Amino acid sequence: MRFRFTQAPIDTAGARRELLDPGAGGFASFEGWVRDFNEGQQVTRLEYEAFEELAVAEGDRIVAEALARFPIKHALCIHRIGTLGLGDMAVWVAASSAHRGEAFDACRFIIDEVKHRVPIWKKEHYRNGDSGWVNCERCATAPRHAHTHA
Amino acid sequence: MQVNIRYFALMREQAGRSGETLETTARTPADLYAELTGRYGFTLGEEQLKVAINSEFADWSQPLAAGDAVVFLPPVAGG
Repeated sequence: MRFRFTQAPIDTAGARRELLDPGAGGFASFEGWVRDFNEGQQVTRLEYEAFEELAVAEGDRIVAEALARFPIKHALCIHRIGTLGLGDMAVWVAASSAHRGEAFDACRFIIDEVKHRVPIWKKEHYRNGDSGWVNCERCATAPRHAHTHA
Repeated sequence: MQVNIRYFALMREQAGRSGETLETTARTPADLYAELTGRYGFTLGEEQLKVAINSEFADWSQPLAAGDAVVFLPPVAGG
């Protein structure tokens, strides 16, 4: 399994062991954390949900693409779902390889593709009591603005 | 025919449910989404969504079959 979800905090020490390889001289990882602001709003917590069957299949495809594209030994991505607070880790990506360059490149490729392709949704809760689904609220209201100014 | 629909994120909130089995005459996901938008007033347009049938990405014009599991996917925001 190259991509998986967890409801619990991500066990990076355990996950790292899955990438050990006698031929690997380098290991790189990326962690995505919950930040306290977005689009000018003060964020207090996030809720992540996923269409898990399709998300795991698509996540597995992305990691398989990374393994085909870069000369790496192993790669893994773990995404958390549920309610997360500030500073919590939402996603962890890692790759091991003979040399450092391809491990960095593979991590960057995987996180970029995951953000664009995997059916995961994020609801932000703000200090002022509002909340919103990231990437959904603005695109939903955009046509109304366009109409108003037409 | 009957199809099974699951809703996630904004779609779930706007539909007020996480899923349903629906008797429909819709022949494609595009027809089905138009029917559901009439019922629930979804604010996202078809061009902002993707569609999955039986847990795989599908085309909006793919013919629906009885018992298909359909999901309309709002813009994703992982990471």
